Amino acid sequence: MSVAEKAQEAQSVRNGWLLSTPALIILTLFAVGPLMIVVVYSFLAPGQYGNVEWKLSLDGWRGILWTKDIFDDTYGLADANVTIFWRSVKLSILTTLLTFAVGFPTAWFIATRPAKSRALWLFLITIPFWTNLLIRTYAINEVIRNEGLLNTVLIKLGVISEPLRIIYTDTAVFIGMAYVYLPLMVLPLFAAIDRFDMKLLEAGYDLYASRMQVLRRVILPIVKPGIIAGSILVFVPSLGAYVTPRVLGGGKQMMIGNFIDLQFGQGRNWPLGAALSLTLLIIVTGALLIYVKYANRDVSNGH
Amino acid sequence: MATKTFSVAKLPGFTTTAILVFIILYLPILTLVAYSFNASQSVAIWGGFSLDWYVKAWNNDAVKDATVRSLLIAVCAAVISTAVATMAALGTTRRKAFKGQTFIYVMINQPLMVPEIVTAVSLLILFGMVKQATGIQGIGYVIFAHSAFCIPFAYLPIRARLEGMDLTLETAAADLYATPWQTFRHVTLPILLPGVIAGAMLAFVISLDDVVITEFTKSGGQDTLPTYMLGQMRRQLTPEINAISSMLLALTVVLLTAFFLLTRKND
Repeated sequence: MSVAEKAQEAQSVRNGWLLSTPALIILTLFAVGPLMIVVVYSFLAPGQYGNVEWKLSLDGWRGILWTKDIFDDTYGLADANVTIFWRSVKLSILTTLLTFAVGFPTAWFIATRPAKSRALWLFLITIPFWTNLLIRTYAINEVIRNEGLLNTVLIKLGVISEPLRIIYTDTAVFIGMAYVYLPLMVLPLFAAIDRFDMKLLEAGYDLYASRMQVLRRVILPIVKPGIIAGSILVFVPSLGAYVTPRVLGGGKQMMIGNFIDLQFGQGRNWPLGAALSLTLLIIVTGALLIYVKYANRDVSNGH
Repeated sequence: MATKTFSVAKLPGFTTTAILVFIILYLPILTLVAYSFNASQSVAIWGGFSLDWYVKAWNNDAVKDATVRSLLIAVCAAVISTAVATMAALGTTRRKAFKGQTFIYVMINQPLMVPEIVTAVSLLILFGMVKQATGIQGIGYVIFAHSAFCIPFAYLPIRARLEGMDLTLETAAADLYATPWQTFRHVTLPILLPGVIAGAMLAFVISLDDVVITEFTKSGGQDTLPTYMLGQMRRQLTPEINAISSMLLALTVVLLTAFFLLTRKND
């Protein structure tokens, strides 16, 4: 490489950085930087009226799972916190499973439409994806409320005489999350199935495989990257969900997101809230890293 | 074909499940819209068609106020995020991969990876400190918060557009003695424009829809439409919420349709 070429390349790199700088500044100030403050706050003591006292303390982190006995100052497992963590993980896993169970056939259906109508079906899945999460949560609320659509119809049909009490239960939060996050499962599954070579199915059937065998042995292994991507895309926001459990759980069926909110409000325990936020962030990052590892491995294996 | 053929792509129960999914996906939204036209006070009993709730929402000062604020924030956030995202997209494409490029990607996509509630809480703390130190109030905090998380949404379509762009056009312009600025102004920008508009629209929709981060960064009396609705949901529900939701829904659908037409034409 000549000196001139080298200088030109250095100039190009410099321009690359220079052009990216405004975006990096905004992101540093309003996205990445504030996270550092959260780290600091998680190691401080709670202030009496909220905020913090500038005094080093590990109580925030300890408070995630343990609680101090008010009589003998020993630490015991905080049952309420364990319940909230367990509910968050359980509902997120259930949401992921349900969205996969109904999302896979849907993605398959879209991918096997003729090219012309496929765009329309895809658009129909995309609209809910981009519409306001709060509105969709409210829409589901309208259906499952005690006087909602579901109960009204079931009572009119004579199936039940008393309304089903779904709202403000774990089931309500579960139904709501599955409803709002379903498009996040369908879209990556569709992308994976769309690349799938249907001739492989013919080959499977020619070799006397049954439909179930073809599904299990041919389709699922090949679309696995899409399954993993969809699962991560549903699991991650489910775990950090705030709006859906707040509206459909009615403040009682809290998930981690609402528990964090509580610490900054009535709970007046900002360090605990900060430590909980970081815990959530660590779990989510872990899930994303697993995904990146899987995705890269599949690429390097030539799939 | 009259005879029943064996279709390889057909799997048992898949079509039925898919149709059911589409019905379940749209039924709640359509119910919500239908009840916005309900004449009755209740959100449960149908009392005939009426536009009363739209009139009521229109005349509600809190709603009007929140709508104006929502639009103001969304426009500012879309403009800021699209401007910096366009520059970043120009900086990270069409040149040899350089050291630190991955870092820039990670930074830009960071808002997509961090749970909203965590960002919301971190900004609550930061803005609390700044407000206490400077005494400056105002809507600027919310606008900056929105600008940051809208950047990845604005960046992606612009980058996609740039990556599909023919480099020879710019070389040709340079060969014809155009200055770099002239090349950018008359060659790059016009080709890039659909991507920029698409990015700005996505950013606008994302900002308009945000609940969590706004809820934590706004000061008293700074409700946006979504946070106003969230607050109302704790109280008695009236079809007014349905009317507001339907209007917001209509706006989103219009913008999205435009977005898809804009990006599809260029495939």
